[in-house]
Amino acid sequence: MVEKKGLGRALSHAVLLFGAAIVLFPLYVALVATSHSYDVLIGSTPLWFGGELIKNFTTVLTQGLKAAGGIPVWVMMSNSLIMALGIALGKIAISITAAYAIVYFRFPGRELCFVLIFITLMMPVEVRIVPTFQVAANLNFIDSYAGLILPLIASATATFLYRQMFMTIPQELLEAARIDGAGPWRFFVDVVLPLSRTNTAALFVVLFIYGWNQYLWPLLVTNQESMYTVVMGIQRMVNIPDAVPEWNLIMAVALLGMLPPLLVVLGMQKLFVRGLVETEK
Amino acid sequence: MQDERYAFRGKKHLILPILFLLPQLVITVVFFFYPAGEALLGSVYMEDSFGLSREFVGLDNFVVLFSDPGYLETLYLTFIFSIATITLTMGVSLLMAVVADQVHTGGTLYKSMLIIPYAVAPPLAGVLWLFLFNPSVGVLSTFLDGLGYTWNHKLNGNQALLLLIISASWKQISYNFLFFLAGLQAIPRSLIEAAAIDGASPWQRFRNIIFPLLSPTTFFLLVVNTIYTLFETFGIVHAVTQGGPSRATETLIYKVFNDGFIGLDFGGSSAQSVVLMFIVMILTFLQFRYIERKVNY
Repeated sequence: MVEKKGLGRALSHAVLLFGAAIVLFPLYVALVATSHSYDVLIGSTPLWFGGELIKNFTTVLTQGLKAAGGIPVWVMMSNSLIMALGIALGKIAISITAAYAIVYFRFPGRELCFVLIFITLMMPVEVRIVPTFQVAANLNFIDSYAGLILPLIASATATFLYRQMFMTIPQELLEAARIDGAGPWRFFVDVVLPLSRTNTAALFVVLFIYGWNQYLWPLLVTNQESMYTVVMGIQRMVNIPDAVPEWNLIMAVALLGMLPPLLVVLGMQKLFVRGLVETEK
Repeated sequence: MQDERYAFRGKKHLILPILFLLPQLVITVVFFFYPAGEALLGSVYMEDSFGLSREFVGLDNFVVLFSDPGYLETLYLTFIFSIATITLTMGVSLLMAVVADQVHTGGTLYKSMLIIPYAVAPPLAGVLWLFLFNPSVGVLSTFLDGLGYTWNHKLNGNQALLLLIISASWKQISYNFLFFLAGLQAIPRSLIEAAAIDGASPWQRFRNIIFPLLSPTTFFLLVVNTIYTLFETFGIVHAVTQGGPSRATETLIYKVFNDGFIGLDFGGSSAQSVVLMFIVMILTFLQFRYIERKVNY
């Protein structure tokens, strides 16, 4: 084996520690800032914790920031949660069915459907925001969960992944199922769904984070503060005209806004890495 | 090759596939094809400021767009932003991945730490760095002040751009790290060991064996990172600098948003959207070429 010893190994660890420090430093400072009162943060930021951590988290969760409309952050977080779950589950539902139809059926127009769906593969919503917004406005989607969710589930990546996965399911399974008298619905429910369970779980993790971290679309489609999501709501707190930002509270909101995806990434690390590497490749 | 697969055929099996395809098709048509078509149409029309009438102007919107020095500046700026962000994030991630691939103790712990930024939404990453570089209270700006360097990204456009580059790179480290690590782990150990036995130094092993074998991953990441810097960084720009100071950080995607929603210039914004779609189409094509090539490896 090519093993590093002594100095080489120490150097490796030094490089990795440096990388970890770059990653963790902004989060550490955010946590420290959250633990101080507003007055302490005028002039400079201390590098060690104060005693207001719980108080500041409670304040933003239950009252929000007064200068930025005073919407409690727990409301924003539940909006984010509904949006993230809706996007993740919605994408999975429409993708797994569409991929099943494309792989397991032969009907006129199949090729066309295939092309129509996959042409959207890499087209992010950002590219066509103005007309998409007009569609959403015409459908009365402004300030609704449907408006937050539906336009964002139009993507082909998940369908592509399921298609690739279905192609690896042995043909003999379908032949055997048909000999046993199973129709397409039965085969879908009893064979295909159980076989795709791990892929679905991995995909769910990636899509949940994707949904939670949306910014531009929620910014456009929500006007009422009670419909704000946490990731987009924070921008209103930072950019208050004619006011010094309340950094201790803003950092509390930033930390709360990244907490659910963070728990998912770290708690389900294996599944997450698998989902990420497989959806993209 | 697909059609030789055993499948459900015939009139009897027509309803279920249609029902199964319908949701995705409806959503794709309503929220993708229709808006994309509108953008295409809008890009060849000139609309009056009340949106009451439109006039066909052919490619005028594009001519106006590409002769506008402001747009060319935005193109140039986006180019700089993308190149800098991609270089920084890929450089750091590759280094981390190469080192992490060789470390046996604590590897999982390092990996867990390095994937944290993936969970952080781009605008939140931007806000974290905005706080660190805040001219009055920021830890890093205070530190730079101590070194005699004045940091104020609210006045200095280059500093504002640098702040965006740092935030965007930080956020993207995890993604690149994970893919580089997966790519490295797929390289057969025996190749590297053989080279080591032949007396190749660690640098020679990296330069002549590891890096070439990693090139499919590198190319894939290049495309993904380009898409990321062009589009997904909107949140960072919007939350941190809002294109300022004096448009020094107005990237392509921010300009589409700004002209379309703030400036209400639908024709110009549509023409910009069409330019972006064109860029994405080229990138998608490149990506497909990559997927095809990878199969042959």
